[in-house]
Amino acid sequence: MVTGTSVLGVKFDGGIILAADMLGSYGSLARFMHCPRLMKVNDSTVMGAGGDYADFQYIKSVIEQRVIDEECMNDGFQYTPKSLFSWLTRIMYNRRSRFNPLWNTIVVGGLQDGEPFLGYVDKIGTAFKAPSVCSGYGAYIAQPILRNALEKQPNLTEQQAKELIDQCLTVLHYRDARSLNKYQIAIVTKDGARIEGPISSATNWDIAERVGFFDE
Amino acid sequence: MASTVLHPASLRSHNLSSDLSPDWLTSEHSTGTSIMAVEFDGGVVIGADSRTTTGAYIANRVTDKLTKVTDHIYCCRSGSAADTQAIADLVNYHLNFHQMELGEEPLVKTAATKFKDFCYYNRDQLSAGIIVAGWDKLKGGQVYSVPLGGMCVRQPFTIGGSGSTYVYGYVDSTFKKGMTKEECLDFTARTLTLAMHRDGSSGGVVRLAAISEAGVEKKLIKGNELPNLMHEFDYQ
Repeated sequence: MVTGTSVLGVKFDGGIILAADMLGSYGSLARFMHCPRLMKVNDSTVMGAGGDYADFQYIKSVIEQRVIDEECMNDGFQYTPKSLFSWLTRIMYNRRSRFNPLWNTIVVGGLQDGEPFLGYVDKIGTAFKAPSVCSGYGAYIAQPILRNALEKQPNLTEQQAKELIDQCLTVLHYRDARSLNKYQIAIVTKDGARIEGPISSATNWDIAERVGFFDE
Repeated sequence: MASTVLHPASLRSHNLSSDLSPDWLTSEHSTGTSIMAVEFDGGVVIGADSRTTTGAYIANRVTDKLTKVTDHIYCCRSGSAADTQAIADLVNYHLNFHQMELGEEPLVKTAATKFKDFCYYNRDQLSAGIIVAGWDKLKGGQVYSVPLGGMCVRQPFTIGGSGSTYVYGYVDSTFKKGMTKEECLDFTARTLTLAMHRDGSSGGVVRLAAISEAGVEKKLIKGNELPNLMHEFDYQ
């Protein structure tokens, strides 16, 4: 099955950023290099997923249909980050309890009542909210970088958050063998939600010159 | 139902590693790899990527898989990093000894045979795919392939490692006899770039070396200097 790797999310002062690369891996084969793994639900909510790409496309189509249905109801309500997060958690946990999981780790992000929101749900229904949230290899490699930055400066600007995410994705490109140096970001602020990309990080391979033979 | 309680993953095809612990805790260091060697008149060109993986974690992104065996003979290593390092060490030792006895540099065929001996007689315990390439005054540039199982065969060019599977079509359609050293370097760099592009277990920089009577000339092509193979498109 075709899978996606890490999804990263970080809060900044006035919004959130989600990031995910655009690779669909088929085992170790880098098979599809243009798989958007971020989705805009509405102007206050975005979602990203790693894991099975087919399951992500299924979840995406279900959400898109529900957004249309809600628009038709014309009652002024729309999905909020927290409501989407809660709904997804229930779905993931229920599928797991019926031994037919949606094989994804999902990051939900957005702005609710003016406050930034970030949540994580995985295929067994584990769910939590945090100022920085990462799935896959990102949880091991990017999360410490994000937490360290937030500890030093809890209120990042949008530009600082973008640079921080770029730094994390660069390290992931160096260290995750199932990643691609081509990614998208989703930014949610009070002005709305937008998906930017594809972006490629600058890489530094200077240390390659300093490495000798293993036995010298 | 008991089995499905214990293994919900059985509903989906899944690889060997346990769901309970991350892949990099249970996997061996592997030079996943794309390696290659090409003969030309007067020497050989060898090349390799620079990625060593433990599962999907890149333990070393700047590995040197082109290992010196003698002044004019190198090997390209693929498979288990531990196995290939141990074998290369042993062959290096034996060839040094041989050189002292002989009073001159060993033949490439001798080195290849030494590799083959270790790989064949220990075939059940080893996971090593090796390319032996170099120059000697008897036969000039030579490339020998010693794949899993421990056979040994000379070829005008050869590719190896997990990434090689993606470029058989490219090399078979592009190779021609009588290429110059520069053409061989270009052919090797392009092939490895294509392999690294598609194989998750290969990546990093391209390390090249040209071996001839004059000695070894090394080249390094960094990640950002490789040809860009990404074709942009955007359907809405």
